[in-house]
Amino acid sequence: MRPIEYASPRTKEQAVRLLASTWGETEVLAGGTDLLSLLKDDVVTPRRLINIKEIDELRGIAFDPRKGLRLGALVTIEELLDDPRVRQHYPALAEAAEGIRSPQIRNMGTVAGDLCQRPRCWYFRAGFGLLARDAQGRSLVLHGDNRYHAILGNDGPAYFVSPSSLAPPLVAYQARVRLFGPGGAREMPVQAFFRIPQSEDEREHDLRPNEIVTEILVPPPQGEASATCEVRQREALDWPLATASVALKMDGDRVTAARVVMGHVAPTPWLSSEAAQALVGKTITDDVAQAAGEAAVRRAKSLGRNGYKIQLARVAVKRAILRAVQGGAR
Amino acid sequence: MTEPLHPSPAEYTWPERGHRRLIGKRISRVDGPAKVSGKATYTYDVHRPGMLYGKILRSPYAHARIKSIDTSAAEKMPGVKAVHVIQGPGTEIFWAGDEIVAVAAVDEPTAEDAIRSIRVEYEILPHLVIDTDPQRAGDLAKPTAEEVVGDPDAAFQQAEVIVEGEYGLPVITHCCLESHGLVAEWEDEENLLVHISTQAVSSIPNQMARPLGIPAGNIRVKMDHIGGGFGSKFSPDRWGIVAARLSKMAGGRPVKIMLERDAELMVAGARPSAYGRVKVGAKKDGTLLAWESTSWGTGGMGGGGRPPLPYIFEIPNQRKQHTAIMNHIGSARAWRAPNHPQACLLTMAALEDLAAELGMDPLDFFLKNIALTGRRAEIYRQELQIAADLIGWKKHWHPRGDRSRGPIKRGLGLAIHTWGGRGHASNCDLTIHPDGSVEIKLASQDLGTGTRTGITIVAAETLGLPMDRIKVMIGDSRYPPSGPSGGSTTIGGVSSATRRAALDALDQLFAKVAPALNARPEDLEAVQGRIGVKGDPSRSMSWEQACARLGGMPLTVRGRNPGPGHLTGSGVGGVQMADVSVDVETGVVKINKMVAVQDCGLIIDMKTAESQCYGAMIMGIGYALYEEKIMDQLTGRMLNPNMEFYKLAGLGDVGELIVHMMTGPGYDERGVIGLGEPPVISPGAAISNAVANAIGVRVPYLPLTPDRVLEALHKKGGHHATH
Repeated sequence: MRPIEYASPRTKEQAVRLLASTWGETEVLAGGTDLLSLLKDDVVTPRRLINIKEIDELRGIAFDPRKGLRLGALVTIEELLDDPRVRQHYPALAEAAEGIRSPQIRNMGTVAGDLCQRPRCWYFRAGFGLLARDAQGRSLVLHGDNRYHAILGNDGPAYFVSPSSLAPPLVAYQARVRLFGPGGAREMPVQAFFRIPQSEDEREHDLRPNEIVTEILVPPPQGEASATCEVRQREALDWPLATASVALKMDGDRVTAARVVMGHVAPTPWLSSEAAQALVGKTITDDVAQAAGEAAVRRAKSLGRNGYKIQLARVAVKRAILRAVQGGAR
Repeated sequence: MTEPLHPSPAEYTWPERGHRRLIGKRISRVDGPAKVSGKATYTYDVHRPGMLYGKILRSPYAHARIKSIDTSAAEKMPGVKAVHVIQGPGTEIFWAGDEIVAVAAVDEPTAEDAIRSIRVEYEILPHLVIDTDPQRAGDLAKPTAEEVVGDPDAAFQQAEVIVEGEYGLPVITHCCLESHGLVAEWEDEENLLVHISTQAVSSIPNQMARPLGIPAGNIRVKMDHIGGGFGSKFSPDRWGIVAARLSKMAGGRPVKIMLERDAELMVAGARPSAYGRVKVGAKKDGTLLAWESTSWGTGGMGGGGRPPLPYIFEIPNQRKQHTAIMNHIGSARAWRAPNHPQACLLTMAALEDLAAELGMDPLDFFLKNIALTGRRAEIYRQELQIAADLIGWKKHWHPRGDRSRGPIKRGLGLAIHTWGGRGHASNCDLTIHPDGSVEIKLASQDLGTGTRTGITIVAAETLGLPMDRIKVMIGDSRYPPSGPSGGSTTIGGVSSATRRAALDALDQLFAKVAPALNARPEDLEAVQGRIGVKGDPSRSMSWEQACARLGGMPLTVRGRNPGPGHLTGSGVGGVQMADVSVDVETGVVKINKMVAVQDCGLIIDMKTAESQCYGAMIMGIGYALYEEKIMDQLTGRMLNPNMEFYKLAGLGDVGELIVHMMTGPGYDERGVIGLGEPPVISPGAAISNAVANAIGVRVPYLPLTPDRVLEALHKKGGHHATH
């Protein structure tokens, strides 16, 4: 069989030393809920797997009202869901985790893995590459079946949607992601962690091949009204067709600042300044929420078969806003 | 074997109502504990000593000609024990996923490496994998002659209300949770043992004999349990023959080939699509007058089936024409009630649209025209009333388009269906041992329907014994031949054969013990583990005492179906109603409740009968809302050969399911009739009708996905800016 080395380091320093400096050579194994599929389907063919589950410092949830929330990279979706502090202070995050409907994935999948999982684009998964081109360089997505592809940020060359469930609420809460590599630690907003690859040599994250995600840091709750709304066809395990997470800072009934983030609509989590502008200074009503939904998709465009997702994103934003002020924690 | 005494045919009957101790009761399946504890052995679980793993290289192209194949690297690879070219240079390939080369190796990774090392050059040919437009099919469209019944032109002239619509449902796959596959091993030079996941234990040997060049009697087929077939597992398939060849090449070592999930979805099952433009006309009072349909569909290069249109309602004037599209997808296989779900949707949706145009409640409209359903009209009438009560039709139904506030719209829909289900040819050997133990052998298979349980119930009922005294052995081709489990024929076949065997065995046993009880054999009965004189409890002996009188030899009796007496029948009717909610802002459809009212003659086990209906409704919800074999015209491939994007209904998606089985006078005396297929026919139509009722417009095609629902709403014109 095609040989694969398997390494199980105990420290993050050991882990990064085992990682190669170019993509494709090595892969990080945590929950494995995505990586094993990628390996079986020959989408990735690393020569070495680095299991990071033995690195204790990557575990644990910590919460301090003044410092905020710290999620170790290895925190599972189930641990996140089971934590009452997360549910109380960051409801949009808990609601997004609830959208991951498979108990097996909740039990094995990790929060960092949710951010780092690869796109579900069926051309990518069939081996046509992240940018899904045929031998002539033609985009399979543009010329083929793009019913589940991007409606925003879809000017190319990537058309897949970011599959992360947790990134939209994390971006809404202005969370940061902390990485560790040979040069030490670095940190960036979750939004900056995602990017649109420009070539097959790039990935969809600002993560170097020899870096790992170590933790996710969410700022202290600032009394935001927040919520996540997903549009999914099934109650059973199913990829959302569009999601929205919102975090609204309120002064009485008026919105003073807003972050509106859509998921599964673009190659990255999509922070909509248009939707935020439509909310600031307003009191939330059905009409205001509707207008913010309209603003959120103003720049959206169909690739041919995915026009319906524009409506779904619009509705997701509207409903997330309404849920945040009606039911979400303040 | 002892020749049975032949009672007169009139004596081969089912026990009268009131004399059934087990038949028709709600009895748990006898192999339930084995299944839920993981002890039941499926083909996938079969591991034989020295077993090799087979893997298959498949064509990535939908239409191509093989130019060359180089297997040299695979042959040299350590651990590879056999390499077999299935389709050689010059062969034309007609679908992506078709089998090119097979290898057998000591483990799966080695076999996969060997497959990856094989180089095949293809000449790529033009392909067609879509089916929604017969115009695009060109020469691959095969129109059939128009059929005319009555005078459709005059009838449409006479019609006061006419609706026209387009309806359809795509190719879906069988998606067996246990994929297709087998373990083949040569026990010696001439004799092959096959463990295979199959619906046809008795007919697999004959299907493998010719390609392998050995007598069918040299092939033994075994299967204990199956993880789904749904009509897709009647054949050993090409990979089955290949596994036997690989085993031969490897000196007889067992070779296991189980299809990977993607192969299972690409090549091992497809239900033909059907689309149609339908016109129906009626008088203002709802009297149906005329039908016209132009339909088409595909099932791969075979062209697919032909739905029987119009379905059930024998509309007096008809014009219909069907076009079979041949295209480059994995071939069609029988899918649970072949052609019926397609015909049901095209008909029931058109009729519901007509009822809406007439301003009639479709329940009233169906009842108004119920005579057109023919000899089962009274059954349908009864079933419609019961179903309507169970779902609260008169309370919840509203004219098309839920006008309540908010984005969630609720609607009701209905459909009716029919099926045959007469018992197939089946033989069983029932043996009573002198120690009183009873065993029954037959080469049937349990498709997951509870076949063992049904046989056990019939034998225990007939012999007057508890069920745990009966040992049922099935799933081995060395046992007496029994038909394939297809067409809902198994329960009728095996229950009739078992009943005849048990009655004959009792006759012989009675003859042996009658003198000791100082009675005539015909005065004896077997009840509660005793054999005694009818009406005289003082003259009886225990079952064991009776069996001891057999002497040294067990008593074996062959039971057959067909045979004397009326034990199995054919022809059932069923009604289903669906209650759905549709979010008109997202197009997401949820099932609130479904009701199935079904007749199937005399029911052997109420619990497994109901289970068939529950399972069928769940499967039906799957194809109504989620399932589609998504073919990509650009690459020629299936885009969703996985369980992420080939979506099945989960528990949270099926809502409340209610089953009501029709039993009693008018039903029981029709004999035992199969049930596997009929309840899966109506869900697509009933759910589509319920969605139309909810949102006020027809969504033409299944599955009813958000994009299709939103498109239909958009075309209707009303922007649902509700909050």
